[in-house]
Amino acid sequence: MDLENQRRVKEITEEYGADNVIVVIGGGEAEAAGLAAETVTAGDPTYAGPLAGVSLGLRVYHAVEPQFKDEVDSDTYDEQIGMMEMVLDVDAIQEEMSSIREQFSDYDD
Amino acid sequence: MFPSLRAASYVLVHAPDMVIHNGSTQVVERTVNPESEYLKALPNHLRTFEEVVAYAPNQVYIGNMKPEELREIKEPWFDKPVASASADGPMGRIFEERLLIGLIKACDAFDLVLLEESFTEEVQPDIEALNLPEKYKKLKSGVEIERIQSEIEDRHAEPLVTGGKVVGCVKRAHDIDPNLDSHVILENLVVKATGVLSGLELLKKYDIDPLSIPYVIECSEEAAGDMNQRGGGNFAKSIAEIIGADNATGSDTRGFCAAPMHAIVKACALVKAGVYENVLVLAGGATAKLGMNGKDHLKKDLPILEDVLGGFALLITENDGVHPIFRTDLIGRHTVGTGSSPQAVMTSLITGPLDKAGLKITDIDVYSVEMQNPDVTKPAGAGDVANANYKMIAALAVMRKEIERAQINDFVRTHGLPGWAPTQGHIPSGVPYVGHALQSFLNGDIEKAMIVGKGSLFLARMTNLFDGVSIIMEKNPGVAEEAGVSKDDIRKMLSEALRDFAASLGE
Repeated sequence: MDLENQRRVKEITEEYGADNVIVVIGGGEAEAAGLAAETVTAGDPTYAGPLAGVSLGLRVYHAVEPQFKDEVDSDTYDEQIGMMEMVLDVDAIQEEMSSIREQFSDYDD
Repeated sequence: MFPSLRAASYVLVHAPDMVIHNGSTQVVERTVNPESEYLKALPNHLRTFEEVVAYAPNQVYIGNMKPEELREIKEPWFDKPVASASADGPMGRIFEERLLIGLIKACDAFDLVLLEESFTEEVQPDIEALNLPEKYKKLKSGVEIERIQSEIEDRHAEPLVTGGKVVGCVKRAHDIDPNLDSHVILENLVVKATGVLSGLELLKKYDIDPLSIPYVIECSEEAAGDMNQRGGGNFAKSIAEIIGADNATGSDTRGFCAAPMHAIVKACALVKAGVYENVLVLAGGATAKLGMNGKDHLKKDLPILEDVLGGFALLITENDGVHPIFRTDLIGRHTVGTGSSPQAVMTSLITGPLDKAGLKITDIDVYSVEMQNPDVTKPAGAGDVANANYKMIAALAVMRKEIERAQINDFVRTHGLPGWAPTQGHIPSGVPYVGHALQSFLNGDIEKAMIVGKGSLFLARMTNLFDGVSIIMEKNPGVAEEAGVSKDDIRKMLSEALRDFAASLGE
């Protein structure tokens, strides 16, 4: 996750509290999505950005995961994400995201 | 009538020492962590010139292999050298770093570049062998290495290194102005010199007279200017000067990775409107992006694959009845109101122009998208960029019920290509296929292609909007541009008028 986005996530969490923040990731690859998810839960694994050594433990989902998909209007979802859902390796992304949440997220809802 | 694509050239410059000294990943690392293991390991992971030449994606870039041939080589490609490889190809050439450094001196109009005496003598024959105008072929005399060392150590000059040794330097052009410091001047001289190489190769490979070119558009991602006009320009004219295009003027077009497509559309418009008979669109390469994903490559024990600077040049002319045409009436645009989701982007760029023409997604023989080399992007966690783009186009076709979902992979294979271009921002964006398309149209292998360029504008922090432009290319229907009415036409019109007059007399 780039340094600017890390800074934004950190600031938003400080302002609204971790309970009130959900991070939605749109990365195209399971590995890249997992790294972003790790950054906003365990901290920046590359130790380069504002979240280095900062474990926010936030709720984090990918846009193709059912936890997000089921919460939004289905027509809007098809219009905005339907194409990418066909293109991405949804199973691999879900597996990676679940693994990161189980290891590092403070929430299990 | 629609403008034609007359010529397309592509160059690469193998720049291993610039990876170490000028690539932004390495520059940042040296600043924040000078003793890092990465910097220590880096020199052992650089490829030789021969390895770079024998690398299949590079052979495709200069036209020695067709893009489709990459499918016959199992990925990754870096450990499968091409036996018949050559540094010279039908569309361009792969050059060595030392030639580039010599050419930087030839391109230096302000005596900002100092080259060491023996290096100057050594590189002089290579510069003379280029198809430069005579006045640029003779390098100014070199200086002693002590002078260069003192410029680097005492006056903030940027070293020019090749073969692991300092052979020259680029001095800063101003004491205070950061836009003219030695780092920026070096970057700008490199983009100028690689643009010059692209232009020279186009003139040479297609036998084009530089004096026949009235206008040049340069579309890289660098900015030339000083503290009062940071991006004032004008790379285009500075390149036109060195390649001997004495009758040309020009300007720069910027738009991140989408700039080449914007430049092509502008060039087509200028030609179609009759402002200029032809326009040369070109761009050089970015030192900053050398070794950009080097840390990921080393982590996976791969060689540094981002070790080449890229460049290209396209000559767009009045319709000659032979060369493929750009359908200026079928252009896709990502507008301010389009939105930034991949779906909105692809719909605006792909189906926009198709709907206007009443065409289906499957009516286009080949799409050229972000043609990044997957050898580079996959180990860096960015996936196979070209393949992902083709899947998106296929998914759009599914949503429009033009193909079945199960046919997505077939579509990618029949209408797409593997990526081969170096990750130099504007270089892989749509344009790498244009040269191959030129040949395929002339051979009658394809009828229609769509060239798509996209750009991420957020990097400049001016807008969060995405950007993109696309255009459809077609086989030339075979009717050339007429300069005016021919004598035969006039005779025919006169005789018809006389006949009508005679007939009216009889009424």
